[in-house]
Amino acid sequence: MVLTLIEHGDGEIAETSLEMLTLARDLADQVDEDVSAAMFGGEELAAGLGEYGVDTAYVCGGDLSESYAPEARADALGILMDDLDSAAVIGGGTDTANEVLAHLSAKRDLAMAANTLEVDTDGETCEITRQRWGGSLLEHATMEGETKVFSAPDHELPIEPVGDGEAAVETITPDVDEASFEVAIDRVEEADIEGVPLPEARIVIGGGRGVGGEEDFEQLEELADQFDGATVGATRIAVDEGWVSHDAQIGQTGQKIAPDLYIAAGLSGAVQHWVGAKGSENVLAINTDPEAAIMYKGDYAIVGDLHEVVPELTDAIEAATD
Amino acid sequence: METLACIKRVADTGAEIVLTEDKQSVDASAVGYTMGPHEECAIEEAVQVVEEEGGTSTVLSLGPEDVEDQIYEGIGRGADEGIIMETDGEEWGPESTATAIADGVEERDFDLLFFGNESGDNANYQVGIRVAHQLDLPVVTGIKDFDVDGDTAIAKRDVPGGSEVFEVDTPAVITVKEGLNTPRYPSMRSRMQAKKQELEVLDPKDTEDRLQMQELETPEAEDSEAEVLGEGPEAVDNAVEVLEEMEVL
Ligand SMILES: Cc1cc2nc3c(=O)[nH]c(=O)nc-3n(C[C@H](O)[C@H](O)[C@H](O)COP(=O)(O)OP(=O)(O)OC[C@H]3O[C@@H](n4cnc5c(N)ncnc54)[C@H](O)[C@@H]3O)c2cc1C
Repeated sequence: MVLTLIEHGDGEIAETSLEMLTLARDLADQVDEDVSAAMFGGEELAAGLGEYGVDTAYVCGGDLSESYAPEARADALGILMDDLDSAAVIGGGTDTANEVLAHLSAKRDLAMAANTLEVDTDGETCEITRQRWGGSLLEHATMEGETKVFSAPDHELPIEPVGDGEAAVETITPDVDEASFEVAIDRVEEADIEGVPLPEARIVIGGGRGVGGEEDFEQLEELADQFDGATVGATRIAVDEGWVSHDAQIGQTGQKIAPDLYIAAGLSGAVQHWVGAKGSENVLAINTDPEAAIMYKGDYAIVGDLHEVVPELTDAIEAATD
Repeated sequence: METLACIKRVADTGAEIVLTEDKQSVDASAVGYTMGPHEECAIEEAVQVVEEEGGTSTVLSLGPEDVEDQIYEGIGRGADEGIIMETDGEEWGPESTATAIADGVEERDFDLLFFGNESGDNANYQVGIRVAHQLDLPVVTGIKDFDVDGDTAIAKRDVPGGSEVFEVDTPAVITVKEGLNTPRYPSMRSRMQAKKQELEVLDPKDTEDRLQMQELETPEAEDSEAEVLGEGPEAVDNAVEVLEEMEVL
Protein backbone atom coordinates (compact mmCIF):
# COMPACT_ATOMS: atom_id res chain seq x y z
CA MET A 1 0.00 0.00 0.00
CA VAL A 2 1.04 3.57 -0.67
CA LEU A 3 -0.40 5.70 2.11
CA THR A 4 -0.94 9.40 1.46
CA LEU A 5 -1.57 12.25 3.87
CA ILE A 6 -4.31 14.40 2.34
CA GLU A 7 -4.78 17.94 3.61
CA HIS A 8 -7.76 20.18 3.10
CA GLY A 9 -9.02 23.65 3.96
CA ASP A 10 -11.97 25.90 3.13
CA GLY A 11 -13.97 22.89 1.98
CA GLU A 12 -11.47 21.80 -0.63
CA ILE A 13 -8.68 19.29 -0.90
CA ALA A 14 -5.36 21.18 -0.89
CA GLU A 15 -3.95 21.46 -4.41
CA THR A 16 -0.54 20.30 -3.21
CA SER A 17 -2.17 17.07 -1.97
CA LEU A 18 -3.70 16.46 -5.39
CA GLU A 19 -0.31 17.14 -7.01
CA MET A 20 1.29 14.70 -4.62
CA LEU A 21 -1.24 12.00 -5.63
CA THR A 22 0.34 12.08 -9.10
CA LEU A 23 3.61 10.96 -7.51
CA ALA A 24 1.85 8.48 -5.23
CA ARG A 25 -0.03 6.79 -8.11
CA ASP A 26 3.18 6.46 -10.09
CA LEU A 27 4.91 4.81 -7.16
CA ALA A 28 1.92 2.54 -6.45
CA ASP A 29 1.91 1.42 -10.09
CA GLN A 30 5.57 0.47 -9.86
CA VAL A 31 5.03 -1.79 -6.86
CA ASP A 32 1.60 -2.93 -8.01
CA GLU A 33 -0.23 -1.62 -4.97
CA ASP A 34 -3.17 0.66 -4.27
CA VAL A 35 -3.15 4.23 -3.05
CA SER A 36 -4.97 4.96 0.17
CA ALA A 37 -5.47 8.26 1.94
CA ALA A 38 -5.40 9.43 5.53
CA MET A 39 -7.37 12.54 6.35
CA PHE A 40 -8.04 14.51 9.50
CA GLY A 41 -11.62 15.68 9.14
CA GLY A 42 -13.01 16.58 5.73
CA GLU A 43 -15.12 13.43 5.45
CA GLU A 44 -17.38 15.05 2.83
CA LEU A 45 -14.37 15.44 0.53
CA ALA A 46 -13.00 11.92 0.95
CA ALA A 47 -15.04 10.03 -1.68
CA GLY A 48 -13.97 12.56 -4.33
CA LEU A 49 -10.37 11.41 -3.97
CA GLY A 50 -11.28 8.40 -6.12
CA GLU A 51 -11.06 10.79 -9.05
CA TYR A 52 -7.33 11.03 -8.33
CA GLY A 53 -6.72 7.33 -7.92
CA VAL A 54 -7.34 6.85 -4.20
CA ASP A 55 -8.81 3.45 -3.43
CA THR A 56 -9.79 3.95 0.20
CA ALA A 57 -9.79 7.12 2.29
CA TYR A 58 -9.49 6.76 6.07
CA VAL A 59 -10.90 9.75 7.90
CA CYS A 60 -9.86 10.44 11.48
CA GLY A 61 -12.33 12.53 13.46
CA GLY A 62 -12.52 13.73 17.06
CA ASP A 63 -9.53 15.36 18.71
CA LEU A 64 -7.27 14.27 15.89
CA SER A 65 -9.07 16.52 13.44
CA GLU A 66 -10.39 19.23 15.75
CA SER A 67 -7.07 20.19 17.25
CA TYR A 68 -3.80 20.30 15.38
CA ALA A 69 -1.34 18.16 17.30
CA PRO A 70 1.39 17.14 14.82
CA GLU A 71 2.77 14.25 16.84
CA ALA A 72 -0.70 12.79 17.42
CA ARG A 73 -1.38 12.96 13.69
CA ALA A 74 1.94 11.25 13.05
CA ASP A 75 0.93 8.49 15.47
CA ALA A 76 -2.38 8.04 13.66
CA LEU A 77 -0.54 7.80 10.35
CA GLY A 78 1.84 5.28 11.91
CA ILE A 79 -1.04 3.08 13.04
CA LEU A 80 -2.56 3.14 9.55
CA MET A 81 0.85 2.52 8.02
CA ASP A 82 1.20 -0.65 10.08
CA ASP A 83 -2.37 -1.83 9.47
CA LEU A 84 -2.04 -1.34 5.73
CA ASP A 85 1.50 -2.67 5.53
CA SER A 86 2.58 0.47 3.68
CA ALA A 87 5.64 0.59 1.48
CA ALA A 88 5.60 4.36 1.48
CA VAL A 89 3.92 7.30 3.20
CA ILE A 90 3.66 10.51 1.18
CA GLY A 91 2.42 14.04 1.88
CA GLY A 92 2.12 17.29 -0.03
CA GLY A 93 4.39 20.31 0.00
CA THR A 94 3.21 22.14 3.09
CA ASP A 95 5.00 22.90 6.33
CA THR A 96 2.35 20.92 8.17
CA ALA A 97 2.71 17.81 6.00
CA ASN A 98 6.49 17.97 6.36
CA GLU A 99 6.11 18.42 10.10
CA VAL A 100 3.78 15.47 10.59
CA LEU A 101 5.88 13.25 8.32
CA ALA A 102 9.08 14.22 10.13
CA HIS A 103 7.49 13.25 13.45
CA LEU A 104 6.48 9.92 11.95
CA SER A 105 9.99 9.36 10.56
CA ALA A 106 11.65 10.30 13.83
CA LYS A 107 9.38 8.15 16.00
CA ARG A 108 9.42 5.11 13.75
CA ASP A 109 13.03 5.48 12.65
CA LEU A 110 12.24 5.85 8.95
CA ALA A 111 14.13 7.69 6.24
CA MET A 112 12.37 10.74 4.83
CA ALA A 113 12.91 12.75 1.66
CA ALA A 114 11.16 16.11 1.42
CA ASN A 115 10.41 17.88 -1.87
CA THR A 116 10.54 14.68 -3.90
CA LEU A 117 9.69 14.97 -7.60
CA GLU A 118 10.27 11.43 -8.82
CA VAL A 119 10.64 7.97 -7.36
CA ASP A 120 11.86 4.89 -9.21
CA THR A 121 11.91 1.64 -7.35
CA ASP A 122 12.61 -2.03 -7.82
CA GLY A 123 10.52 -2.66 -4.71
CA GLU A 124 13.42 -2.20 -2.31
CA THR A 125 15.83 0.62 -3.02
CA CYS A 126 14.31 3.83 -4.32
CA GLU A 127 16.07 6.13 -6.71
CA ILE A 128 14.66 9.54 -6.21
CA THR A 129 14.96 13.05 -7.56
CA ARG A 130 14.29 15.82 -5.11
CA GLN A 131 14.57 19.57 -5.04
CA ARG A 132 17.18 21.56 -3.19
CA TRP A 133 17.50 25.33 -2.92
CA GLY A 134 13.77 25.83 -3.36
CA GLY A 135 13.91 24.12 -6.74
CA SER A 136 17.03 25.76 -8.21
CA LEU A 137 18.96 22.52 -7.84
CA LEU A 138 18.07 18.83 -8.23
CA GLU A 139 19.43 16.03 -6.08
CA HIS A 140 19.52 12.45 -7.34
CA ALA A 141 19.62 10.12 -4.37
CA THR A 142 19.06 6.57 -3.27
CA MET A 143 16.91 5.63 -0.34
CA GLU A 144 16.87 2.47 1.73
CA GLY A 145 14.54 1.17 4.40
CA GLU A 146 11.40 -0.90 4.56
CA THR A 147 8.91 1.96 4.64
CA LYS A 148 9.94 5.22 3.04
CA VAL A 149 8.55 8.65 3.74
CA PHE A 150 8.29 11.40 1.12
CA SER A 151 6.80 14.80 0.65
CA ALA A 152 6.24 16.36 -2.76
CA PRO A 153 7.12 19.98 -3.47
CA ASP A 154 4.38 22.57 -3.74
CA HIS A 155 3.23 23.60 -7.21
CA GLU A 156 5.60 21.42 -9.19
CA LEU A 157 3.74 18.25 -10.14
CA PRO A 158 0.65 18.23 -12.36
CA ILE A 159 -2.79 17.42 -10.98
CA GLU A 160 -4.10 14.49 -13.02
CA PRO A 161 -7.65 13.25 -12.57
CA VAL A 162 -7.77 9.57 -13.53
CA GLY A 163 -11.49 9.08 -13.13
CA ASP A 164 -11.64 6.02 -10.93
CA GLY A 165 -15.06 6.86 -9.53
CA GLU A 166 -15.45 7.28 -5.81
CA ALA A 167 -13.02 6.24 -3.11
CA ALA A 168 -14.32 4.01 -0.33
CA VAL A 169 -14.53 6.04 2.87
CA GLU A 170 -13.85 4.65 6.31
CA THR A 171 -14.12 6.67 9.48
CA ILE A 172 -11.56 5.53 12.02
CA THR A 173 -10.51 6.37 15.57
CA PRO A 174 -6.88 5.32 15.93
CA ASP A 175 -5.79 4.73 19.49
CA VAL A 176 -3.25 7.52 19.88
CA ASP A 177 -1.26 8.02 23.06
CA GLU A 178 -2.54 10.96 25.12
CA ALA A 179 1.03 12.28 25.51
CA SER A 180 1.23 12.89 21.76
CA PHE A 181 -1.39 15.63 22.10
CA GLU A 182 0.85 17.62 24.42
CA VAL A 183 2.02 19.98 21.69
CA ALA A 184 -1.09 21.32 19.97
CA ILE A 185 -2.37 24.65 18.74
CA ASP A 186 -3.49 26.52 21.82
CA ARG A 187 -5.28 29.34 19.99
CA VAL A 188 -5.40 31.20 16.72
CA GLU A 189 -4.81 34.93 16.57
CA GLU A 190 -6.10 37.00 13.71
CA ALA A 191 -3.91 39.60 12.10
CA ASP A 192 -5.03 42.78 10.41
CA ILE A 193 -3.54 42.71 7.00
CA GLU A 194 -3.76 45.70 4.77
CA GLY A 195 -4.23 45.21 1.07
CA VAL A 196 -3.97 42.04 -0.96
CA PRO A 197 -1.65 39.33 0.42
CA LEU A 198 1.31 38.75 -1.92
CA PRO A 199 0.42 35.15 -2.90
CA GLU A 200 -3.02 36.33 -4.07
CA ALA A 201 -1.99 39.59 -5.74
CA ARG A 202 -2.81 39.92 -9.43
CA ILE A 203 -0.03 42.45 -9.92
CA VAL A 204 3.15 42.58 -7.85
CA ILE A 205 5.65 45.42 -7.89
CA GLY A 206 8.93 44.11 -6.46
CA GLY A 207 11.84 46.23 -5.30
CA GLY A 208 15.42 45.33 -4.45
CA ARG A 209 18.67 46.91 -3.42
CA GLY A 210 18.42 49.34 -6.33
CA VAL A 211 15.41 51.03 -4.75
CA GLY A 212 17.82 52.53 -2.26
CA GLY A 213 15.72 53.44 0.77
CA GLU A 214 12.47 53.30 2.68
CA GLU A 215 11.11 56.53 1.14
CA ASP A 216 12.00 55.34 -2.34
CA PHE A 217 9.65 52.41 -1.88
CA GLU A 218 6.90 55.06 -2.03
CA GLN A 219 7.52 55.26 -5.75
CA LEU A 220 6.68 51.58 -6.03
CA GLU A 221 3.56 52.06 -3.88
CA GLU A 222 2.40 54.82 -6.19
CA LEU A 223 2.84 52.56 -9.19
CA ALA A 224 0.92 49.81 -7.38
CA ASP A 225 -1.94 52.26 -6.77
CA GLN A 226 -2.52 52.40 -10.52
CA PHE A 227 -3.70 48.78 -10.55
CA ASP A 228 -6.50 46.86 -8.88
CA GLY A 229 -5.22 44.12 -6.64
CA ALA A 230 -1.57 45.17 -6.72
CA THR A 231 0.86 44.65 -3.85
CA VAL A 232 4.46 45.73 -3.30
CA GLY A 233 7.03 43.01 -2.62
CA ALA A 234 10.78 43.01 -2.05
CA THR A 235 14.03 41.10 -2.06
CA ARG A 236 15.78 39.92 1.05
CA ILE A 237 18.32 42.73 0.72
CA ALA A 238 15.56 45.37 0.85
CA VAL A 239 14.14 43.66 3.94
CA ASP A 240 17.57 43.37 5.60
CA GLU A 241 18.12 47.07 5.00
CA GLY A 242 14.93 47.73 6.93
CA TRP A 243 13.16 49.45 4.02
CA VAL A 244 10.18 47.07 4.14
CA SER A 245 9.00 44.35 6.53
CA HIS A 246 9.72 40.67 6.04
CA ASP A 247 6.06 40.10 5.10
CA ALA A 248 6.95 41.70 1.78
CA GLN A 249 9.84 39.32 1.02
CA ILE A 250 9.49 37.21 -2.08
CA GLY A 251 11.58 34.08 -2.42
CA GLN A 252 12.87 30.91 -0.89
CA THR A 253 12.61 32.18 2.68
CA GLY A 254 9.78 34.59 1.93
CA GLN A 255 6.56 34.20 0.01
CA LYS A 256 5.75 32.72 -3.38
CA ILE A 257 3.82 34.84 -5.83
CA ALA A 258 1.86 33.94 -8.96
CA PRO A 259 0.57 37.23 -10.40
CA ASP A 260 -0.43 38.07 -13.97
CA LEU A 261 2.33 40.65 -13.92
CA TYR A 262 5.47 41.06 -11.84
CA ILE A 263 7.31 44.35 -12.24
CA ALA A 264 10.81 43.68 -10.87
CA ALA A 265 12.59 46.93 -10.16
CA GLY A 266 16.18 47.28 -8.99
CA LEU A 267 16.63 43.63 -8.20
CA SER A 268 19.11 41.26 -9.78
CA GLY A 269 17.04 38.06 -9.95
CA ALA A 270 19.10 35.85 -7.61
CA VAL A 271 18.04 32.21 -7.62
CA GLN A 272 16.62 32.43 -4.09
CA HIS A 273 14.46 35.36 -5.13
CA TRP A 274 13.43 33.84 -8.43
CA VAL A 275 12.09 30.60 -6.92
CA GLY A 276 9.46 32.78 -5.27
CA ALA A 277 8.67 34.78 -8.41
CA LYS A 278 8.92 32.23 -11.21
CA GLY A 279 5.18 31.53 -11.01
CA SER A 280 4.53 34.99 -12.48
CA GLU A 281 2.72 35.03 -15.82
CA ASN A 282 4.63 38.04 -17.16
CA VAL A 283 7.72 39.77 -15.81
CA LEU A 284 8.79 43.31 -16.63
CA ALA A 285 12.27 44.08 -15.29
CA ILE A 286 13.53 47.59 -14.68
CA ASN A 287 17.27 47.57 -14.17
CA THR A 288 20.29 49.73 -14.92
CA ASP A 289 22.32 46.65 -15.78
CA PRO A 290 21.36 45.04 -19.11
CA GLU A 291 23.29 41.93 -18.05
CA ALA A 292 21.50 41.38 -14.71
CA ALA A 293 20.18 37.81 -14.30
CA ILE A 294 16.59 39.09 -14.21
CA MET A 295 17.05 40.22 -17.83
CA TYR A 296 17.38 36.55 -18.78
CA LYS A 297 14.45 35.40 -16.69
CA GLY A 298 11.87 38.08 -17.40
CA ASP A 299 9.76 38.65 -20.51
CA TYR A 300 10.20 42.39 -20.93
CA ALA A 301 12.80 44.86 -19.75
CA ILE A 302 13.43 48.54 -19.47
CA VAL A 303 17.11 49.38 -19.11
CA GLY A 304 17.36 52.38 -16.85
CA ASP A 305 17.26 53.95 -13.42
CA LEU A 306 14.08 52.93 -11.67
CA HIS A 307 13.89 56.30 -9.95
CA GLU A 308 13.32 57.87 -13.34
CA VAL A 309 11.40 55.05 -15.00
CA VAL A 310 8.92 54.16 -12.26
CA PRO A 311 7.36 57.65 -11.77
CA GLU A 312 7.16 58.09 -15.52
CA LEU A 313 5.47 54.70 -15.87
CA THR A 314 3.02 55.62 -13.10
CA ASP A 315 2.07 58.81 -14.95
CA ALA A 316 1.78 57.05 -18.30
CA ILE A 317 -0.52 54.38 -16.87
CA GLU A 318 -2.61 57.00 -15.13
CA ALA A 319 -2.98 58.85 -18.43
CA ALA A 320 -3.80 55.66 -20.33
CA THR A 321 -6.47 54.48 -17.89
CA ASP A 322 -8.19 57.81 -17.39
CA MET B 1 18.30 30.12 30.54
CA GLU B 2 20.70 28.07 28.49
CA THR B 3 20.01 28.52 24.79
CA LEU B 4 21.46 26.79 21.77
CA ALA B 5 21.27 27.77 18.10
CA CYS B 6 22.13 25.03 15.60
CA ILE B 7 23.19 26.46 12.28
CA LYS B 8 24.24 25.19 8.88
CA ARG B 9 26.54 26.90 6.48
CA VAL B 10 25.38 27.18 2.88
CA ALA B 11 27.03 28.42 -0.28
CA ASP B 12 26.35 32.13 -0.79
CA THR B 13 25.05 31.69 -4.33
CA GLY B 14 23.41 34.54 -6.20
CA ALA B 15 22.58 34.68 -9.90
CA GLU B 16 23.24 30.99 -10.53
CA ILE B 17 24.26 27.80 -8.79
CA VAL B 18 27.54 26.34 -10.00
CA LEU B 19 28.44 22.73 -9.25
CA THR B 20 31.84 21.20 -8.67
CA GLU B 21 33.10 19.05 -11.51
CA ASP B 22 32.18 15.79 -9.75
CA LYS B 23 28.63 17.12 -9.18
CA GLN B 24 28.87 16.23 -5.51
CA SER B 25 28.48 19.74 -4.18
CA VAL B 26 27.86 23.37 -4.98
CA ASP B 27 31.08 25.11 -5.97
CA ALA B 28 31.41 27.90 -3.45
CA SER B 29 34.97 28.86 -4.39
CA ALA B 30 33.88 32.07 -6.08
CA VAL B 31 31.04 33.04 -3.74
CA GLY B 32 32.01 31.75 -0.29
CA TYR B 33 29.70 30.55 2.45
CA THR B 34 27.09 32.10 4.65
CA MET B 35 24.52 30.78 7.09
CA GLY B 36 20.88 30.23 6.15
CA PRO B 37 18.46 33.13 6.81
CA HIS B 38 16.35 31.04 9.19
CA GLU B 39 19.43 30.29 11.26
CA GLU B 40 20.45 33.94 11.47
CA CYS B 41 17.13 34.38 13.26
CA ALA B 42 17.77 31.30 15.40
CA ILE B 43 20.99 32.88 16.69
CA GLU B 44 19.34 36.24 17.28
CA GLU B 45 16.56 34.62 19.29
CA ALA B 46 18.99 32.52 21.34
CA VAL B 47 20.88 35.73 22.16
CA GLN B 48 17.78 37.81 22.91
CA VAL B 49 16.35 35.22 25.30
CA VAL B 50 19.60 35.26 27.28
CA GLU B 51 19.71 39.05 27.25
CA GLU B 52 16.28 39.07 28.87
CA GLU B 53 16.42 36.01 31.08
CA GLY B 54 20.12 35.67 31.81
CA GLY B 55 22.16 32.54 31.10
CA THR B 56 24.38 31.49 28.23
CA SER B 57 23.79 31.30 24.51
CA THR B 58 25.71 28.82 22.41
CA VAL B 59 26.09 28.43 18.65
CA LEU B 60 26.68 24.95 17.27
CA SER B 61 27.44 23.80 13.77
CA LEU B 62 28.25 20.45 12.27
CA GLY B 63 30.54 20.76 9.29
CA PRO B 64 34.13 20.90 8.05
CA GLU B 65 36.76 22.85 9.95
CA ASP B 66 36.09 26.17 8.23
CA VAL B 67 32.48 26.20 9.41
CA GLU B 68 34.12 27.97 12.34
CA ASP B 69 33.67 31.14 10.24
CA GLN B 70 29.90 30.91 10.68
CA ILE B 71 30.26 30.05 14.37
CA TYR B 72 32.48 33.10 14.93
CA GLU B 73 29.91 35.11 13.06
CA GLY B 74 27.32 33.89 15.57
CA ILE B 75 29.56 34.86 18.47
CA GLY B 76 30.06 38.25 16.82
CA ARG B 77 26.28 38.55 16.80
CA GLY B 78 26.19 38.12 20.54
CA ALA B 79 26.36 34.40 21.32
CA ASP B 80 28.54 33.49 24.30
CA GLU B 81 29.95 30.11 23.28
CA GLY B 82 30.66 28.13 20.14
CA ILE B 83 30.71 24.40 19.47
CA ILE B 84 32.01 22.87 16.26
CA MET B 85 31.17 19.27 15.43
CA GLU B 86 33.89 18.71 12.94
CA THR B 87 33.40 16.52 9.87
CA ASP B 88 35.76 15.63 7.06
CA GLY B 89 33.86 17.70 4.52
CA GLU B 90 31.62 14.94 3.14
CA GLU B 91 27.96 15.86 3.09
CA TRP B 92 25.98 14.62 6.09
CA GLY B 93 22.32 13.76 5.59
CA PRO B 94 19.44 14.68 7.90
CA GLU B 95 19.40 11.45 9.92
CA SER B 96 23.11 11.40 10.72
CA THR B 97 23.18 15.15 11.40
CA ALA B 98 20.31 14.88 13.87
CA THR B 99 21.82 11.84 15.58
CA ALA B 100 25.18 13.57 15.97
CA ILE B 101 23.68 16.79 17.34
CA ALA B 102 21.39 14.94 19.77
CA ASP B 103 24.32 12.83 20.93
CA GLY B 104 26.54 15.90 21.32
CA VAL B 105 24.14 17.96 23.41
CA GLU B 106 22.39 15.19 25.34
CA GLU B 107 24.40 15.69 28.53
CA ARG B 108 24.06 19.46 28.49
CA ASP B 109 21.11 21.16 29.98
CA PHE B 110 19.89 23.46 27.25
CA ASP B 111 16.48 24.98 27.93
CA LEU B 112 15.84 26.11 24.39
CA LEU B 113 17.31 24.55 21.27
CA PHE B 114 16.74 26.69 18.19
CA PHE B 115 17.05 25.32 14.65
CA GLY B 116 16.14 26.65 11.23
CA ASN B 117 12.81 25.24 10.04
CA GLU B 118 14.64 23.85 7.02
CA SER B 119 18.16 24.40 5.77
CA GLY B 120 18.72 26.93 3.00
CA ASP B 121 20.33 24.43 0.67
CA ASN B 122 19.05 20.89 1.21
CA ALA B 123 15.74 21.66 2.96
CA ASN B 124 15.12 18.24 4.47
CA TYR B 125 12.58 19.57 7.01
CA GLN B 126 13.44 17.07 9.72
CA VAL B 127 16.66 17.68 11.66
CA GLY B 128 15.10 19.69 14.51
CA ILE B 129 12.21 17.25 14.89
CA ARG B 130 14.53 14.23 14.91
CA VAL B 131 16.74 15.83 17.56
CA ALA B 132 13.66 16.57 19.69
CA HIS B 133 12.56 12.95 19.60
CA GLN B 134 16.03 11.66 20.39
CA LEU B 135 16.19 13.97 23.40
CA ASP B 136 12.55 13.35 24.28
CA LEU B 137 11.68 17.06 24.14
CA PRO B 138 8.62 18.83 22.77
CA VAL B 139 9.09 20.61 19.46
CA VAL B 140 7.29 23.39 17.62
CA THR B 141 8.18 24.30 14.05
CA GLY B 142 8.07 27.20 11.60
CA ILE B 143 8.05 29.77 14.40
CA LYS B 144 7.89 33.48 13.56
CA ASP B 145 7.14 34.96 16.97
CA PHE B 146 8.65 33.80 20.23
CA ASP B 147 8.43 34.61 23.92
CA VAL B 148 9.34 33.01 27.20
CA ASP B 149 7.15 33.22 30.28
CA GLY B 150 8.74 31.39 33.19
CA ASP B 151 9.07 27.77 32.10
CA THR B 152 6.68 28.20 29.20
CA ALA B 153 7.66 29.00 25.65
CA ILE B 154 5.00 30.84 23.66
CA ALA B 155 5.60 30.27 19.98
CA LYS B 156 3.57 31.45 17.01
CA ARG B 157 3.61 30.61 13.39
CA ASP B 158 2.01 32.33 10.43
CA VAL B 159 -1.10 31.04 8.73
CA PRO B 160 -3.09 33.00 6.17
CA GLY B 161 -4.93 35.73 8.06
CA GLY B 162 -3.20 35.32 11.39
CA SER B 163 -1.09 33.05 13.53
CA GLU B 164 -1.32 29.76 15.38
CA VAL B 165 -0.11 29.88 18.95
CA PHE B 166 1.62 27.01 20.76
CA GLU B 167 2.56 26.94 24.41
CA VAL B 168 5.13 24.35 25.44
CA ASP B 169 7.11 23.68 28.57
CA THR B 170 10.84 24.18 28.40
CA PRO B 171 13.18 22.51 27.72
CA ALA B 172 11.99 22.50 24.13
CA VAL B 173 13.15 22.47 20.53
CA ILE B 174 12.01 25.44 18.44
CA THR B 175 12.50 25.54 14.66
CA VAL B 176 12.26 29.05 13.28
CA LYS B 177 11.77 30.97 10.08
CA GLU B 178 13.20 34.19 8.77
CA GLY B 179 11.04 37.12 9.89
CA LEU B 180 11.05 35.94 13.53
CA ASN B 181 13.24 38.89 14.46
CA THR B 182 15.69 41.32 12.87
CA PRO B 183 19.14 39.81 13.25
CA ARG B 184 21.80 42.28 14.32
CA TYR B 185 24.95 42.69 12.30
CA PRO B 186 28.20 42.14 14.10
CA SER B 187 30.38 45.23 14.32
CA MET B 188 33.95 45.03 13.06
CA ARG B 189 35.10 44.99 16.65
CA SER B 190 32.83 42.19 17.78
CA ARG B 191 33.89 40.18 14.73
CA MET B 192 37.56 40.58 15.71
CA GLN B 193 36.78 39.78 19.34
CA ALA B 194 34.83 36.67 18.35
CA LYS B 195 37.81 35.15 16.56
CA LYS B 196 39.82 35.22 19.75
CA GLN B 197 37.38 32.94 21.45
CA GLU B 198 38.17 29.29 21.79
CA LEU B 199 35.58 26.99 20.25
CA GLU B 200 34.72 23.66 21.77
CA VAL B 201 35.49 20.92 19.27
CA LEU B 202 33.37 17.77 19.38
CA ASP B 203 33.84 14.61 17.40
CA PRO B 204 30.40 13.89 15.95
CA LYS B 205 28.93 10.42 16.27
CA ASP B 206 29.01 9.03 12.75
CA THR B 207 25.98 7.05 11.57
CA GLU B 208 24.78 6.00 8.13
CA ASP B 209 22.07 7.91 6.27
CA ARG B 210 19.47 5.90 4.43
CA LEU B 211 18.94 8.83 2.08
CA GLN B 212 22.17 9.09 0.08
CA MET B 213 22.83 11.81 -2.44
CA GLN B 214 24.36 10.39 -5.62
CA GLU B 215 24.65 13.41 -7.82
CA LEU B 216 23.46 16.99 -8.13
CA GLU B 217 22.05 18.54 -11.26
CA THR B 218 21.25 22.12 -12.19
CA PRO B 219 17.85 22.03 -13.89
CA GLU B 220 17.58 23.11 -17.53
CA ALA B 221 17.21 26.85 -17.43
CA GLU B 222 14.18 28.17 -19.24
CA ASP B 223 16.08 31.40 -19.59
CA SER B 224 15.53 33.47 -22.64
CA GLU B 225 16.41 37.07 -23.13
CA ALA B 226 13.75 39.58 -22.14
CA GLU B 227 12.45 41.83 -24.90
CA VAL B 228 14.00 45.23 -24.22
CA LEU B 229 11.29 47.88 -24.48
CA GLY B 230 13.76 50.72 -24.46
CA GLU B 231 16.10 52.71 -22.29
CA GLY B 232 15.14 55.08 -19.52
CA PRO B 233 11.84 56.97 -19.18
CA GLU B 234 11.33 57.01 -22.94
CA ALA B 235 10.52 53.31 -22.78
CA VAL B 236 7.32 53.76 -20.79
CA ASP B 237 5.05 54.25 -23.82
CA ASN B 238 6.12 50.88 -25.15
CA ALA B 239 5.60 49.45 -21.68
CA VAL B 240 2.05 50.78 -21.45
CA GLU B 241 1.29 49.22 -24.81
CA VAL B 242 2.61 45.86 -23.63
CA LEU B 243 0.62 46.10 -20.38
CA GLU B 244 -2.52 46.88 -22.38
CA GLU B 245 -1.96 43.77 -24.45
CA MET B 246 -1.60 41.77 -21.25
CA GLU B 247 -4.93 43.21 -20.13
CA VAL B 248 -3.63 44.11 -16.71
CA LEU B 249 -4.51 47.81 -16.79
C1 LIG C 1 19.62 30.41 1.84
C2 LIG C 1 19.30 31.75 1.24
C3 LIG C 1 17.96 32.14 1.11
C4 LIG C 1 17.64 33.36 0.52
N1 LIG C 1 16.32 33.70 0.43
C5 LIG C 1 15.99 34.83 -0.25
C6 LIG C 1 14.60 35.19 -0.46
O1 LIG C 1 13.68 34.54 0.04
N2 LIG C 1 14.34 36.29 -1.19
C7 LIG C 1 15.32 37.08 -1.73
O2 LIG C 1 15.00 38.07 -2.41
N3 LIG C 1 16.62 36.78 -1.52
C8 LIG C 1 16.98 35.68 -0.81
N4 LIG C 1 18.31 35.41 -0.58
C9 LIG C 1 19.33 36.42 -1.00
C10 LIG C 1 19.68 36.35 -2.47
O3 LIG C 1 20.73 35.44 -2.64
C11 LIG C 1 20.17 37.73 -2.99
O4 LIG C 1 21.21 38.20 -2.18
C12 LIG C 1 19.08 38.80 -3.04
O5 LIG C 1 17.90 38.31 -3.63
C13 LIG C 1 19.58 39.98 -3.86
O6 LIG C 1 18.70 41.07 -3.68
P1 LIG C 1 18.66 42.24 -4.76
O7 LIG C 1 18.33 41.68 -6.09
O8 LIG C 1 17.79 43.30 -4.19
O9 LIG C 1 20.14 42.83 -4.70
P2 LIG C 1 21.32 42.76 -5.75
O10 LIG C 1 21.63 41.37 -6.13
O11 LIG C 1 22.41 43.59 -5.22
O12 LIG C 1 20.71 43.45 -7.05
C14 LIG C 1 20.41 44.81 -7.13
C15 LIG C 1 20.04 45.10 -8.60
O13 LIG C 1 19.55 46.41 -8.71
C16 LIG C 1 20.06 47.02 -9.89
N5 LIG C 1 20.04 48.46 -9.63
C17 LIG C 1 20.81 49.19 -8.78
N6 LIG C 1 20.46 50.48 -8.80
C18 LIG C 1 19.42 50.58 -9.65
C19 LIG C 1 18.60 51.67 -10.08
N7 LIG C 1 18.77 52.91 -9.61
N8 LIG C 1 17.63 51.42 -10.99
C20 LIG C 1 17.43 50.17 -11.49
N9 LIG C 1 18.19 49.11 -11.11
C21 LIG C 1 19.16 49.32 -10.21
C22 LIG C 1 21.42 46.43 -10.06
O14 LIG C 1 21.81 46.47 -11.41
C23 LIG C 1 21.20 44.99 -9.58
O15 LIG C 1 20.82 44.16 -10.66
C24 LIG C 1 18.66 34.21 0.04
C25 LIG C 1 20.00 33.83 0.18
C26 LIG C 1 20.33 32.61 0.78
C27 LIG C 1 21.76 32.24 0.90
